Amino acid sequence: MKKKFQVKIEKNKCKGCGLCIAYCPVKHLVFPKDLNKKGRKYAQVNKENKCIGCGACFLICPDAAVKIYEEK
Amino acid sequence: MTGNEAMAESAVRSGCQFYAGYPITPQNELTAYMAKRMPEEKRVFIQAESELAAINMVYGASAVGRRAMTSSSSPGISLKQEGISYLAGSELPAVIINVVRGGPGLGNIASAQSDYFQATRGGGHGDYYTPVLAPAGVQEASELVSCAFDLADFYRTPVLILADAIVGQMMEPVTLKAQSAAKQRGLAKGGRTAHSARKDWALGKKKKKPQNIIRSLFIKEGALEAHNQKLLTKWNKIKSQQQRHSTYKIKDADYLIVAYGSQARIVQAAVDSLRKEKIKVGLFRPISLWPYPVKALKRAAKGVKKILVVEQSLGQMVEDVKLTLATKNIYFMGRAGGGIPQETEIINWIKKNL
Amino acid sequence: MKIIYDLPKSLKKVPAHYCPGCGHGIVHRLVAQVVDELNLGKKIIGVAPVGCAVLAYDYWNFDVSEAAHGRALAVATGIKRCLPDNFVFTYQGDGDLASIGLAETIHTANRGENITCVFINNACYGMTGGQMAPTTLLGQKTATTPKGRESEKKEGWPLQISDIIAGLKGVSFVARSSVSNPARVKQTYGYIKQAFGKQIDKKGFSLVEVLSPCPTIWQKTPYKAGRWVEEKMSKVFPLGIIKK
Repeated sequence: MKKKFQVKIEKNKCKGCGLCIAYCPVKHLVFPKDLNKKGRKYAQVNKENKCIGCGACFLICPDAAVKIYEEK
Repeated sequence: MTGNEAMAESAVRSGCQFYAGYPITPQNELTAYMAKRMPEEKRVFIQAESELAAINMVYGASAVGRRAMTSSSSPGISLKQEGISYLAGSELPAVIINVVRGGPGLGNIASAQSDYFQATRGGGHGDYYTPVLAPAGVQEASELVSCAFDLADFYRTPVLILADAIVGQMMEPVTLKAQSAAKQRGLAKGGRTAHSARKDWALGKKKKKPQNIIRSLFIKEGALEAHNQKLLTKWNKIKSQQQRHSTYKIKDADYLIVAYGSQARIVQAAVDSLRKEKIKVGLFRPISLWPYPVKALKRAAKGVKKILVVEQSLGQMVEDVKLTLATKNIYFMGRAGGGIPQETEIINWIKKNL
Repeated sequence: MKIIYDLPKSLKKVPAHYCPGCGHGIVHRLVAQVVDELNLGKKIIGVAPVGCAVLAYDYWNFDVSEAAHGRALAVATGIKRCLPDNFVFTYQGDGDLASIGLAETIHTANRGENITCVFINNACYGMTGGQMAPTTLLGQKTATTPKGRESEKKEGWPLQISDIIAGLKGVSFVARSSVSNPARVKQTYGYIKQAFGKQIDKKGFSLVEVLSPCPTIWQKTPYKAGRWVEEKMSKVFPLGIIKK
């Protein structure tokens, strides 16, 4: 069975640097139109879950806002 | 023993676990002594690459709760001022010995008392003071080093020993105490000598709290002011509890001479000579230069006709005497650059100004 | 659900004060990760620099001391000599390590102190507003080289401090990496772990230089700042293990 993954981004820790979006190989991450509590752009996952669990977003995130889970 | 060696041995006996220093005359005997003695006791000796590095190594050793010391002479102490300011700001105990030589600049290697302002007014940047102890002989130098460690731990502050080149270099017999002399002399007032203090704030301790931080940065609005106020409370406590002095034949004195360190020894000889000629002269010798012994000086100056301040400088401590007494009868005699006010000069001045 | 990429315990769960895209956050996380992985939590003592990362103790969950500008390795020496069984590292920037603290850096390394240094090279003084650092590239514009750094104007060349340190006998490990893309982040993690390993084995001084983007001062987007590290900085400061 193909493994499924979930990226969770802490909305209010994110500063909207966009590095996770730039380095996501499957274009799973996007900027929604609204802003977070701090008035910044923030990264979130796309509706359709294409995550392959590569960890690129986790590694590059300068704000420790990303965690990745494996679905069972 | 020389004063330098006695101070070093006293530090070892007072539980100094870490020493870092850099060569400079006239305190080299101290560093050399520590280089030999500290490893014997399985303690740390480091010859640092500079005075800056030495004081910051002391900062590190103190941050983990060890009794730490460095020593130098005037130009080197100038370099250490950055570190002393950080020690004071971070409330880290440490002992710093300054065997003062002539200045400004490279100056010379003769005895001087020209670092009084630097020592008693904080010395580095920021609003702070450090306790300053000035020995007049080898025995006292050894005892004050021990006392300095206790004060440093008790108040969590760097403490300065302001010795001059004469005290550092001269040889005298000395009785070294097995351990902290502070208790016997009643020096570490406030009950427990902090030698046994637990230092819960230190780094690398097994503790319940997850994190200890050593810091002097308080960037949030109002945080530094609150920290400064806390330090002020501490300085005020030290001011009221730690004034030290000694007097010599002041009971019936018409003339009071104020001097500290090796200069006080010379003045004492002059007092003896003048007393033989029935001239009523006494000596007041501050031992703590900060806090200045204002209470005792006020008492000693009562009913005195004239006060002469004698220094190996162009006039530094005399300002504290003036601040304390606020009278017009204060006179100054001083020589700088290795010049030392001699016994005969002092005698002649008193006779001329009777 | 099982977590497969989790944040290290040694990292506090608070937002950092750094600018968006700043490399400090990544390296803080990597250090915390290594501390967790090597189980150093109770023995680790960090020394924070003067610069943007002075508040590192707000993000790490272990004992940290501040140090005066450039003096981190002297403070670390004092700590390590008193507590040789504890684990001591400094976290320093290019101005701290390669300019004002050069004497402390060279001599701590040359004594072979059993200390690890994590050296953040962002080719400028970030906190003070982007002045020229010893590691600023030729032609790079800064607040104090408004026309770009020129060696002909006696502004010097980018200082290869890690290579100089690697030449000293007391040094066990020197490596240079970057945090400009996920693969490099992984590499940096590996180097930091190796460097910490040298300290555990009491092999002497170890250093990891991390080329780290400063998008704010460089006036680039975080992505372009990362590209600049790869395309420009890494040419002047080649990545890889320098001494092992």
